[in-house]
Amino acid sequence: MSTRALLRVRRPGRLAAEAAALVVAAAVAFPLYWMVLSAFKPAGEIQSTEARPWTLAPSLDSFRRVFEQQDFGRYFLNSLLVAGTVVIASALIAFLAATAVTRFRFKFRTTLLIMFLVAQMVPVEALTIPLFFLMRDFGQLNTLGSLILPHLAFSLPFAIWMLRGFVKAVPEALEEAAYIDGASRTRFLWQILFPLVFPGLVATSVFSFISTWNDFLFAKSFIISDTSQSTLPMALLVFFKPDENDWGGIMAASTVMTIPVLVFFVLVQRRLVSGLGGAVKD
Amino acid sequence: MTAHTTLHKAPAAPGASGAPARTPRRRPASPARRSGWTPWLYLLPALVLLGGLLVYPIYQLGLISFLEYTQAQVSGGEPTTFQGFGNYATLFGDSQFWQVLLATVLFATACVLATLFVGCALAVLLTRIRALPRLALMMAALGAWATPAITGSTVWVFLFDPDFGPVNRVLGLGDFSWTYGRYSAFALVLLEVLWCSFPFVMVTVYAGIRAIPTEVLEAASLDGASQWRIWRSVMAPMLRPILIVVTIQSVIWDFKVFTQIYVMTNGGGIAGQNLVLNVYAYQKAFASSQYSLGSAIGVVMLVILLAVTLVYLRLVRRQGEEL
Repeated sequence: MSTRALLRVRRPGRLAAEAAALVVAAAVAFPLYWMVLSAFKPAGEIQSTEARPWTLAPSLDSFRRVFEQQDFGRYFLNSLLVAGTVVIASALIAFLAATAVTRFRFKFRTTLLIMFLVAQMVPVEALTIPLFFLMRDFGQLNTLGSLILPHLAFSLPFAIWMLRGFVKAVPEALEEAAYIDGASRTRFLWQILFPLVFPGLVATSVFSFISTWNDFLFAKSFIISDTSQSTLPMALLVFFKPDENDWGGIMAASTVMTIPVLVFFVLVQRRLVSGLGGAVKD
Repeated sequence: MTAHTTLHKAPAAPGASGAPARTPRRRPASPARRSGWTPWLYLLPALVLLGGLLVYPIYQLGLISFLEYTQAQVSGGEPTTFQGFGNYATLFGDSQFWQVLLATVLFATACVLATLFVGCALAVLLTRIRALPRLALMMAALGAWATPAITGSTVWVFLFDPDFGPVNRVLGLGDFSWTYGRYSAFALVLLEVLWCSFPFVMVTVYAGIRAIPTEVLEAASLDGASQWRIWRSVMAPMLRPILIVVTIQSVIWDFKVFTQIYVMTNGGGIAGQNLVLNVYAYQKAFASSQYSLGSAIGVVMLVILLAVTLVYLRLVRRQGEEL
């Protein structure tokens, strides 16, 4: 809406801009299109040096290979379990912490906030080595816990920062009123504040979901011998072979791995953009 | 990313003096802000997790970097010995380390500049078009954003595959292998990183531009300012806080690129020509069991990113914002 008035002045300029936007959109979407297309191509067409941007004989062979050969369903469930646990636990824990730092004043509050900010900058990849030994000492190697716990911890600082704005937006008066009506602090927290902050929790959960679902390094480092605990990225790597990559399998597995994230994104898309936008406008 | 947004004053604490008269009998004092232990109770789970899985590992990382720690010590065959700065001396004496450090800095810089330029340009473009093309571009960008790094990497490698990829065919490059040469391999990874990280910049900056009052942009336009001039003299200064956030966030992400390099160049390229610090540390630690050297590299990364963070905090503070 902001620049509409001035855009009416220059019509040819706008058409050129729109053409450019559509070209860029097509280019950006192309890799995803190619991924799905290749997943459905029959084997002969993929291993063809005359790559065509369409297929006349779509086949499910690659998907069949993916689901049959690799225990893929198991990996998929593991990934879902890890990401789901992290999303829910992180939302609840971050909600509590964000409430503490926005609705209370206490000593070290500012220090804590700065710490949460600095914690976001820590390259978690650098911590793979000590975390590996930590997990080994607690017997957590080769368990899903070794993936859940670090991701949960690393998603917290950002989630707390993001949620602060949402918690703060709930008027003070509402809290006063709740207490005057005799609500306990716990009751206010879960029955009044929580539902009001929920949209913010959804926007935040996108980030913890994506970082956990996409994780490759921890999955590779902590799940070393028990493949029944592997997650999707590992399943994908199986199709890379030294002599000849199974591109059909790789693309089908990639498609299966990308779809849940895309669905999640589409579901929360509106909230995400308005969450970022709202935050920016502040 | 939303860091700056939330940097304002917390609500003034009403305290116990707030409404004593109206307080119901069952509650002798208004409980609202007489915090006591409650905030710490709420913070407890977060602090325990961060303490155990972030702070303690950082301490361990530093510790291991000062020890002799290889497979023999891990399996308990030999006692761990204190090395002092020995590992760092080894590291800094290794020409490969400096080469990797330089490559990391240059690669991250290139990624950040490309991401910021493309993201901002497309954000401006978004404000000049009607709803339908805007939706198309938004959806495509969200798709790229949502794609996991590992699947994005495999798809891009496939697109540029010398035998079966469409790109070489369209460009008429024959069987040119992108991952064979050092620079072409880095360029390929850069394209993938750009593809999956520009959407965040675009969406955030677009949201920021939308928040600029229409009259300001109209006035500039009526005064005959060009699009570039409007961006440079009106939008960019007004978007400064947002630009700082997306820049810092991009620096941090691009400095830590791991998956893309690992997958696309098969673990760091031929003879390690495409290594960046993160992958280098991983290879040292987990491929050749030199855990202490890997940790020392981790410490170097930590220090560099901490310096970036301090710059960021100073920039934010200078804007007079409060936590």
